[in-house]
Amino acid sequence: MSTDTRDLLRFTTVGSVDDGKSTLVGRILHDTKSILVDTMAAVESVSKARGLTQADLALLTDGLRSEREQGITIDVAYRYFSTAKRSFILNDTPGHVQYTRNMVTGASNADVAVILIDARQGILEQTQRHLTILSLLGMKRILLAVNKMDLVDYSELRFLEIEKAFKDLSEALGIAEFTAIPVCALIGDNVVFESNSMAWYKGPTILDYLESVPVLTADRTEPFRFPVQYVIRPRDDKFHDYRAYAGKVAHGTVKVGDQVIVQPDGRKSTVVAIDGLSGPLEEAVTSQSVALRLSDDIDISRGALISGITNPATVSDLLIANVSILSDHALDAGDRVYFQHGTKVVLAIVESIIGKYDLNSLTPISFNEELQLNDLGVVKIRLSQELPLDRFSDLPKTGSFLLVNQFNGATIAAGMITTDIELEPSI
Amino acid sequence: MWFTYVTATSKLTQLDLLESEAVHIMRETAGTFERTVLLFSGGKDSIVMLHLAAKAFAPARIPFVALHVDTGHNFPEVLDFRDKCVEKYGIELKVALVQDYIDAGKLEERDDGTRNPLQTLPLLDAINSNKYDAVFGGGRRDEEKARAKERIFSLRNEFGQWDPKRQRPELWDLYNGRHKPGEHVRVFPLSNWTEFDIWQYIAREKIDLPSIYFAHTRSVFNRSGMWLAPGEWGGPKSSEEVKPLQVRYRTVGDMSCTGAVVSSAVTVEEIIVEILASTVTERGATRADDKLSEAAMEDRKREGYF
Repeated sequence: MSTDTRDLLRFTTVGSVDDGKSTLVGRILHDTKSILVDTMAAVESVSKARGLTQADLALLTDGLRSEREQGITIDVAYRYFSTAKRSFILNDTPGHVQYTRNMVTGASNADVAVILIDARQGILEQTQRHLTILSLLGMKRILLAVNKMDLVDYSELRFLEIEKAFKDLSEALGIAEFTAIPVCALIGDNVVFESNSMAWYKGPTILDYLESVPVLTADRTEPFRFPVQYVIRPRDDKFHDYRAYAGKVAHGTVKVGDQVIVQPDGRKSTVVAIDGLSGPLEEAVTSQSVALRLSDDIDISRGALISGITNPATVSDLLIANVSILSDHALDAGDRVYFQHGTKVVLAIVESIIGKYDLNSLTPISFNEELQLNDLGVVKIRLSQELPLDRFSDLPKTGSFLLVNQFNGATIAAGMITTDIELEPSI
Repeated sequence: MWFTYVTATSKLTQLDLLESEAVHIMRETAGTFERTVLLFSGGKDSIVMLHLAAKAFAPARIPFVALHVDTGHNFPEVLDFRDKCVEKYGIELKVALVQDYIDAGKLEERDDGTRNPLQTLPLLDAINSNKYDAVFGGGRRDEEKARAKERIFSLRNEFGQWDPKRQRPELWDLYNGRHKPGEHVRVFPLSNWTEFDIWQYIAREKIDLPSIYFAHTRSVFNRSGMWLAPGEWGGPKSSEEVKPLQVRYRTVGDMSCTGAVVSSAVTVEEIIVEILASTVTERGATRADDKLSEAAMEDRKREGYF
């Protein structure tokens, strides 16, 4: 089957309450023929039971009892569909303030973010908040869907107004580019099919955009990073001396014969074999699970980072990072937490809360204040031992971490390293 | 930045990416939990799981055991295949029997004869008595809308219950499997696979499957629009007419609630063509237990089901 060579695009949808996000998602699934008849029949029968005259496509994604009862989306829903050109994974995330943590989750693994705006409302505080989070998460590709165009008489003027306001906001947040598309998700205008009501719009539909936007892959000069997950030692006669370090390439590529450095210890070695999942390989690339064998019999265990000899990670026990608070428990200076980075978990202490972000401008506005659920802030963290660290903006997989509650195991915060050296707040 | 992003198509296909992701999840689990078990039914998803586990740890053996919660209503072909499979991969198989629980009076047969919901208690007993802290399942998010919202690492309390509001956010490649004594984590490495991906992978890897997945002639009868096979579980009723049809199964489970589909597909490639043309979901076509109510799966998960 030729479909085996399709690539994969992960995208996330972000919107405020009532922007019609679930309807848009339902519309994409429906118009790409991704909804099979039994699912559609179930949606139609529930819609009818609720006295609706047409099928409520939001029911396709609102899967949990409390969501249907409240008519809102409370958790990330993962959806899968494919077209002749590409397979898609959609992380559908809620827009309510109290569920921002789910939005962060959905966006962290996405190549593209689709932001939804109600054409009548324009840009709301929620939109600004979402854009701020996306910029912190390093989102490179943003699609602005201006929805409910039917309720503003398909006005080009209104669309351009919103596009302009969004552009100003994006530039202020340092987001380089975005694409704006006027849509009506309820009817399906410019979602999968072109609109008959907006002749003035000549650009792509949402599906055109998603099918053609290139999947971001790092080039070969990106430094190699390989967190060791597991040491494979068969301990039987046939493979008596076999020892390989299993992991998934986080960044860059590795070839047989490459010189590597094991961090944080700093010992150097050479890759003598790359065992892929279907046999030996000459080279492994980003996102590939393999096992590396090295020339020297050195002691490496889970948690080590194998890096390229040029541009290795910076080894440090102190770092500054942006954090997004994901749990009910506030984060404060002096807190002791687990720091989960790559495949390593160490104890850490929050040295100070440098500031809490103003979500509209990305500048820290308040200092020395604890950070609460859904806050975004800058913190200084001291680790109980030195670890190999990268800047998130350079290498997101080795520049990100979780803070975990020592007592109940909850994930407190997602962190993105900004620098490994001590800095004072600039304001 | 000392490097630039280029816009090139990754040389890894979506199947390569899904395979690498599943292996990464299995290695994370093996690297961070004390006692891991893989739920194995002999169905296609659990066979793919074993295949991936063998790859993840080769040339070493799979570092965990397998568990089958047997409803007593399984297709004999599938049980045969199950036993051959565990021998091939050199993994130890433990079997928990629903029948034992019914005989001991700990569980009661349901009026509809369906035993799938009865699997929860034997499963939880096996987890508790063996002190498993990680339990692999082959569940996929495309199967059902409650599953679509479950995390890859899904924390369960000491009653095995899933609490959708207590789920931990999962970011990047970082999985948080911390749990208290008595709690465990269900791990779903195939979360991001679709039924179509599974079949394409089976074709690519030339993975053997039980014969009932392929078209064969079988005596069946129709109940509520599903073709069920007669068996000791109780079907058919006197009013239900049994007739031979050429059928295959899209899922394998309890015979009382797993329906066959009329099909002539005898190879994996022919099955893939059929799925592409199918207008009904896998569970919708063949699983009566999901039709119980709009939130049937969510409710069962909250009680500790997979």
